Amino acid sequence: MKSKWLVLAAAFLVCLMAGGASAGSIRMDGSTTVLPIAQKLVEAYMKEHPEVNISVSGGGSGNGVKALIDGTTNIANSSRFLKDEEVKLAFEKGVYPVPFAIAYDCIVPVVHPDNPLSDISMAQLKSIYMGEIKNWKEVGGPDKEIVVVSRDTSSGTYEVWEEKVMKKERVYAGALLQASNGAVAQTVSKNKNAIGYLGIGYVDKSVKALTVSGIPGNEETALSGKFPVSRALFMFTRGWPTGEILNFINYVLNPQKGQKFVHEAGFVPLY
Amino acid sequence: MKTRQTRDKFIRLGFLVMASISILVLFMILVFLFAEGVPILKKVSIWGFVFGQEWYPTSSPPDFGIFPLLVASLAVTFLSALMAIPLGVMTAIYLAEIASARFREMVKPLVELLAALPSVVIGFFGMVVVAPFLQDTLDLATGLNLFNASLMLAFMSVPTICSISEDAIYSVPRELKEASLALGATHWETIRRVMIPASLSGISTAVILGMSRAIGETMVVLMVAGGAAMIPTSIFKPVRPMPASIAAEMAEAPFRGDHYHALFAIGVVLFLFTLCFNLVADHIAQKHKQVGAATL
Repeated sequence: MKSKWLVLAAAFLVCLMAGGASAGSIRMDGSTTVLPIAQKLVEAYMKEHPEVNISVSGGGSGNGVKALIDGTTNIANSSRFLKDEEVKLAFEKGVYPVPFAIAYDCIVPVVHPDNPLSDISMAQLKSIYMGEIKNWKEVGGPDKEIVVVSRDTSSGTYEVWEEKVMKKERVYAGALLQASNGAVAQTVSKNKNAIGYLGIGYVDKSVKALTVSGIPGNEETALSGKFPVSRALFMFTRGWPTGEILNFINYVLNPQKGQKFVHEAGFVPLY
Repeated sequence: MKTRQTRDKFIRLGFLVMASISILVLFMILVFLFAEGVPILKKVSIWGFVFGQEWYPTSSPPDFGIFPLLVASLAVTFLSALMAIPLGVMTAIYLAEIASARFREMVKPLVELLAALPSVVIGFFGMVVVAPFLQDTLDLATGLNLFNASLMLAFMSVPTICSISEDAIYSVPRELKEASLALGATHWETIRRVMIPASLSGISTAVILGMSRAIGETMVVLMVAGGAAMIPTSIFKPVRPMPASIAAEMAEAPFRGDHYHALFAIGVVLFLFTLCFNLVADHIAQKHKQVGAATL
């Protein structure tokens, strides 16, 4: 909770500082999911290149892409690829957004370590989160009520879950809402009947990660695209980047530099 | 002579400025709250907002119905009042009337210290200690529920209720008590028939202030209420009171988006509730003011 506010406050400060945009300044807008990575990257990059000024804000993927097409931002962070309408709109305006996958986001279903279950299918996950399956025995567990733990609806983690698992259906209202990955881990580790989902960076010994249809969620399966609850995170630029923007993108994609911070922020690095 | 007068004038002016600043800041926060909350009414009617059953602010199309959150807030406040009022008021009576002066001197600051306990600590206690305990002993699906949240909120409002009630009981004029005892009433009869009625306005104020603390409390309900946006069917079901929703969702709601405005509108509703509580408390305090020994 607190760190979210800090990130916001920091982003706000950075915005303020970038008010008088100078020649060496880059503007970045977009996904709140990418925001923690972007924040770390920008801090590190500006420490290395004090002459460059980068402002970051997180208005959501859609807003970021729109700003990129309108030319009010240099880099759009997005937790999804472009939609068809966005591509069309960009071409109409003569803008060619260039995607750079910068990281992978992998969400793993978790249960209490004492839960005998070790594998679950996507269909079962969906039914559990829709409130259709209410008892563990329906998925091969003990005769106990399932306690469904979910994230607050504005989090990026929830967004992935909704997109990949729920497929347009709503998570039912009886699900317990927790405001952070840490709180979900805490709740699941204290409740034998609970099921939750965590960003891969937050899975530890206190909970048991389930395999989904036999595929374990780890960095390897997320990168190969085998694990169903994962997605790539993007930075889009207006046309092929040049100058400072190119330098920054190169920094982000550098395994020794930018990608280190991807890992630190709890996401899967590209390499 | 002249300089003293000007100095006096300046000091008076200084105090006026200070007082106005704090009122002005409060007023501006209020204006901001309404300005950010009202635009949601373009998307949903007041009726639909307050009595809507579905809270799905980020799905498309979104639903902005806060009725489950409203019910949750009222439920935790009511249940915590049920626990906190007897505890707080009885402790106050004990401290003011029955306990020895030395014991009172010792315990009263302790009770007041309890009020200084940060809410996040109480929330953490509820989450890590009370929730697993409830789960195991009562064989519940989850210990993060209405009952747990109410219990934690009761902890938080007992010091407020106790401390203010105790002041009220303690300040009942001595003559009343002496007269009652002189007429042959026992100590218990004196407490029940004289002391409590005489301090009723103070006790009521205490109770309402305690409840208004409970309804606005955020961290505790965010951590231990569970967070299900559903109207609870029993006291052991998870709920999501209004402050928890605001705290959980505000950080990532798109700036000036519908979700953002909806969260501010919840803030307005919350504000109206606490305002009502405070007005009622003020009204009772004024109406039943104990002036001297003659008004009982």
